[in-house]
Amino acid sequence: MPQTMFDKIWSAHEVSEGLIYIDLHLVHEVTSPQAFDGLRLAGRGVRRPDKTLATADHNVPTDGTKAARLIADQLSRVQVETLERNCEEFGVPIYSLGSERQGIVHVIGPELGVTQPGMTIVCGDSHTSTHGAFGALAFGIGTSEVEHVLATQCLVQRRPKTMRISYAGELGAGVTPKDLILATIGRLGTGGMVGHAVEYAGPAIESLSMPGRMTICNMTIEGGGRAGMIAPDETTFEWVRGRQGAPEDFEAATAAWRELPTDPGASFDTEVEVEAGEIAPMVTWGTSPGMVVEVTDAVPDPAAMDSPADRESAERALAYMGLEAGTPMTEVAPERVFIGSCTNSRVEDLREAAAAVDGRKVADSVRGMVVPGSQQVKADAEAEGLDDVFRSAGFEWREAGCSMCLGMNPDILIEGERCASTSNRNFEGRQGKGGRTHLVSPTMAAAAAVEGHFVDIRDWK
Amino acid sequence: MSVLDRADVDTDQIIPKQFLKRVERTGFGEFLFYDWLRDGEIELEPNPILVAGRNFGCGSSREHAPWALEDFGFEAIVAPSFADIFYANCTKIGLLPVELDERHCRTVAEAGEARIDVDDQTVTCADGVFEFEIEPDIQHRLLGGLDDIGITLESAGAIDEFERGGGARGRATTAL
Repeated sequence: MPQTMFDKIWSAHEVSEGLIYIDLHLVHEVTSPQAFDGLRLAGRGVRRPDKTLATADHNVPTDGTKAARLIADQLSRVQVETLERNCEEFGVPIYSLGSERQGIVHVIGPELGVTQPGMTIVCGDSHTSTHGAFGALAFGIGTSEVEHVLATQCLVQRRPKTMRISYAGELGAGVTPKDLILATIGRLGTGGMVGHAVEYAGPAIESLSMPGRMTICNMTIEGGGRAGMIAPDETTFEWVRGRQGAPEDFEAATAAWRELPTDPGASFDTEVEVEAGEIAPMVTWGTSPGMVVEVTDAVPDPAAMDSPADRESAERALAYMGLEAGTPMTEVAPERVFIGSCTNSRVEDLREAAAAVDGRKVADSVRGMVVPGSQQVKADAEAEGLDDVFRSAGFEWREAGCSMCLGMNPDILIEGERCASTSNRNFEGRQGKGGRTHLVSPTMAAAAAVEGHFVDIRDWK
Repeated sequence: MSVLDRADVDTDQIIPKQFLKRVERTGFGEFLFYDWLRDGEIELEPNPILVAGRNFGCGSSREHAPWALEDFGFEAIVAPSFADIFYANCTKIGLLPVELDERHCRTVAEAGEARIDVDDQTVTCADGVFEFEIEPDIQHRLLGGLDDIGITLESAGAIDEFERGGGARGRATTAL
C-alpha cells in the first residue's frame, strides 16, 4: 500500500504500538530544569546522552555577554547555569553562552548537520517543527515528556492525522516563504492544522532553499499543526553533506533518504491546495498569526465579520494594537524593527534583508536590530560583510539568541511600542508587556525600517 | 466553575514569559493570567472546573501553563478544542482536558455548576448530560496516577532490541 512520508518515519520508529523511538533530543534552559530534577528524584540517568544536545538561547543577552555567570539578570543566570550543571552531571553535550556553536536550538541543529532526513526529533519547544524541513518527524513537547525522553529515549504518542498542503505554481517576485506560511495560516486559521502532521508539497516548495523550507515548517505550530514536513531531495542532501554531524557513509544515507518521500497514490486525512502565484507579501494586524492581510490591504473591520466570536477577538485585537479599521497597512508605522528568531535568522534571511537596506538608512523614527540565529551564522554573515551593511544603515548588529522573539532576555518592547518583526508570534505581550507586533518577512521588515512604515516590497525601489 | 469565554487563548497569556525563568515545578498559580488579571481584563476565581473557548492553550509548548492552572486550583478544563501540545501536557500532570462541542460548552457555562465523571466520560449539569471522548490509556493514567516513565522502562528490553537492530539513526552528538 502506498505510504506517506509521515507513515514511513512513524512505522520505522515504533518500538511497540504508540511507543516512538527518538533519534535526536534537543534541550534548552527554559523547559529542562524540572525534567532533570525529576530524573534526580527518581534516581534515573539519561539513557542516550549521545542522542541529546543542549544549548542556551531563550534567556541569553545579545549584548556580547561571554559566559553564563556574567548574565546580569539573576533568574536568567540561574537558569543557564542550571542547564550547564545538569548537562555536566548527566553527560549531555552542551553549547552554552561563550561557545562558538551556541545559538537558537532550531538554528544549530541543522547547522551542525545533526538534523537529518528520516529522523524523529523532539525538543521542549513548540518550534521544533522547524526540523521537519529535512523530511524528519519533529515536534515540540512539554517538560514531563522531556524527562520521559531523557530517561527512555522514547515517547508515548498518539498517532496524528495527516494533512498535505500542495502549492501549485511559483511564488512571485518579492514574495517569500514567510509570506507563504502566513497566508496559509490566514486561510486555514490558527486551529486549522490541529491534530495533524502536515506535509508541504508542490513545485513552489520544491524550488525553495533549506532556510526557506525551515521558515515554513517552523510556523506549522502557528496553524496548530503537530509537525510540518517537506520531502528530502538534492537540496536537502547538499545542505547536510560535509557538516560535522553528517553520516559517515553519506552515499548509503542518501540512498535510504531517497526512499522517504510520500509514494504516489498515498492518501492523507486532509488535502489542501493553494495557488502559490496568488500569494502576496503579508503583514499581521492583530494578536494571533491568523490575523493577517496582504500588505496592499487595509486593517479589517470587525463589524464586517460573520461570527460573533471572530468579531469580538478582532475588536479586542485592534484595541490592543492601537489600530483603526480601514487604515491601509502601508500607513502603519513601526518604531522598532527586529530581524531574527528561529523563523528568520539564518544567513540567507540576513542576506536578503541586507540587500534591501544596502546603501540606505534606517528612518529616524525607527530603531532596528539584527540578531543572527547562531554564533556560526554571525561569523558567516560577517565574513560576507553583512554586518557592515546593517551597521552603516543604522541597525544594531547583535550576538546570537532568541532575543526579541519572546521577551525573556533584555531585548523587549516597551508598552505601546510597535514592531515589525520577522519572528513567529504576535500574541499580546509576547515581545514585552503592551508591545505591538507585526509579523513580516525579512525583506518587508528591512524596507519598513528604511521607510518608517510598511511598504509593498514588490514595487519598492 | 469559572468561565473564560475567549477563543485562541495562548500559553503566553496563561503564564507570561517572565515566570518561565523559575527552575521549580510548583508555585506558578499566583502568576496565572498575570497581565489579564492585573489589568482587570478578566476575572477568574479558583474552582475545580474552567470552561474555556476554542483552541485553548495554543502557542508555546511550556508545561508551565498547565502547572499554573493546576496550582491555581483547576482540576479540569472544558473547551470546544485544545492545542495538541497543551492537551498532552495536561494529561501528563493529571489536569483533565474535556472536549465538548461549542454548544454544549455554552450550556455547561450557563448552568454554572457541573460534575465530570472520568470513568463514564460524562459532564453532567442542570441542563443535560454530555459525553466526551478520551483515549483509554489517558483515562487509565488519570484514574490510576501511574508513572509514565516507569511504564516505558518496563519496555527497556524492547528499546534495547530496537537500538541493536539498527533502528536508531544519526551520529553521536557527544562526538561532534
